[in-house]
Amino acid sequence: MNFWETFYKNKLAITGSGIVLLLFIVSLLAPLLAPYDPGQIDLKNVLASPSWNNLFGTDQLGRDVLSRMIWGARISLKVGFAATGLAIIIGAILGATAGYYGGWVDAVIMRFVDIMLCFPTFFLILAVIAFLEPSIWNIMIIIGLTGWMGVTRLVRADFITLRERDFVKAARTIGASDLRIIFVHILPNAMASILVAATLGIAGAILTESALSFLGIGVQPPTPSWGNILTAGKDNIDIAWWLSLYPGLAILITVVGYNLLGEGIRDSLDPRLIK
Amino acid sequence: MPHLLEIINLRTVFDTAKGRISAVDGVTLSLNAGDTLGVVGESGCGKTMLALSIMNLIPANGKIVSGEMIFAGKDLLKLSAEEMRRKRGSEIAMIFQEPMTSLNPVLRVGEQIAEAIRLHQKLPSKEAMILSTAQLREVGIDEPEKLVRDYPHQLSGGMRQRVMIAMAMSCHPQLLLADEPTTALDVTIQAQILDLISNLKEKNNMAVILITHDLGIIARAAKNVAVMYAGKIVETSTVENIFDHPFHPYTLGLIESMPAKYTASSDRGIYLKTIPGNVPSLYNLPSGCRFFDRCTVAQKECNKQEPILTEVEQDHFVSCWKYTGNIPKHDGYEPQSKPR
Repeated sequence: MNFWETFYKNKLAITGSGIVLLLFIVSLLAPLLAPYDPGQIDLKNVLASPSWNNLFGTDQLGRDVLSRMIWGARISLKVGFAATGLAIIIGAILGATAGYYGGWVDAVIMRFVDIMLCFPTFFLILAVIAFLEPSIWNIMIIIGLTGWMGVTRLVRADFITLRERDFVKAARTIGASDLRIIFVHILPNAMASILVAATLGIAGAILTESALSFLGIGVQPPTPSWGNILTAGKDNIDIAWWLSLYPGLAILITVVGYNLLGEGIRDSLDPRLIK
Repeated sequence: MPHLLEIINLRTVFDTAKGRISAVDGVTLSLNAGDTLGVVGESGCGKTMLALSIMNLIPANGKIVSGEMIFAGKDLLKLSAEEMRRKRGSEIAMIFQEPMTSLNPVLRVGEQIAEAIRLHQKLPSKEAMILSTAQLREVGIDEPEKLVRDYPHQLSGGMRQRVMIAMAMSCHPQLLLADEPTTALDVTIQAQILDLISNLKEKNNMAVILITHDLGIIARAAKNVAVMYAGKIVETSTVENIFDHPFHPYTLGLIESMPAKYTASSDRGIYLKTIPGNVPSLYNLPSGCRFFDRCTVAQKECNKQEPILTEVEQDHFVSCWKYTGNIPKHDGYEPQSKPR
């Protein structure tokens, strides 16, 4: 019964964590790794195809695509973590409250979840962003505020089973308060599903951010993001394939990486799969 | 001397889809410091609910509707939720049947005992840890320094029950509720755990309510016995009285169902005696005596009215019409052993 052993044997999980780790390193070392300043315009070198000078080519303003993508990785990571973090906090608190107390508290919270799930999230985000200034902070908050419902359901389901467990009864008999039971005794036991939801949520958040940026209401130029590089790619797709291919691949690989990591964690934490 | 715990006419009911049932129906009992009261009865007779009622931890669809529970001079039923919470663990502690699931799987053993200590005493965590190590040694664990760093799944059932006892004992409670503490354990471990509980009881002058369905455990560890049937106490006395001359036909049936007698080879092939029938459904109790349907000596009149607990000899209370009243008349039945 060892998490790391099981995790280590899971090749896909290792691949996933490799990708995620790589993204972390790239984001952290962006100023060192990027060969050019991502905002440096070179009008003599517009839409240059990939070469040794510009490995991933240049965009319609002559900016180096590789450098922009390296800086864009930072944005993806920031948005992914901040938005998911917010969603997890809201979801865990609401889910724990609903699952632990049950009754009308549960009914009210879960109906609220149902209401939130009724909105097509992406269009809700579009509508809200239309009123707000599209900044990276607003993007993070709005993705977080529309992404907590799944977490709430997961955490609630875990709490409903866990609250009946003997160790919770035992914790009550030693005089632990409700808050203590929720946070010290039950929540750590629900951590597995929260962690998995978080990892998968990051992938979703990155995807949403890219989509918003692609539509021009996410991260605003000149700040580079994979989504807004793709926008430029769309305009020039017949003459500059590299503008679409590389950021697209980056998004794909990142999302797959987080998903593999999430599933790897889930499999390794699942006691039924641990021998 | 006033009793440490005095329960008067406690009634705990559950509201279910099929109606209201009384899991504990007018239980009266008392207990002195340093004594062990054995509560015995079949599954579903309300013995666990009695313990949970004392803890005021009955499940959400249940409530205590009447009665008094005087513990150390205070009525537990009149305390606020917060006052009651502070009593749990520090003055009244409980251990459960299933040591395998009663410990939190994600917390180290030491942390869990330290938590029990820190909930009631303001102590830095280091000191609480030292205390929990000492507490583990107290319950007969050889290398507590090593054990405190273990997770529950690394321990055997007997070890876990010891840890549970260490947790329960960590604040030196005056009353320990042991709900089938040995049912899930091997016979050899059972004896060790029972001895451990009675040693700790002696040492701390603690009162113990030992809930079990095993009369052997009662005979070994208890001073007084209360026999419960369908939410009521049907007979209560000292352990000697109960075993030497039980009065209630149910108690008698329980004692006769014990396998201890059949040990020699000549007894092979002899069936264990059982009490015919099942515990009546709490939704549909017989109108008179609750044991009526299963009683071998019941009279027609027994189901007219419920018998009440009456003292038939000193410190020996029985609720059976045969001894307590003159409404129905029994014939052809005598308790197996002669009364004193």
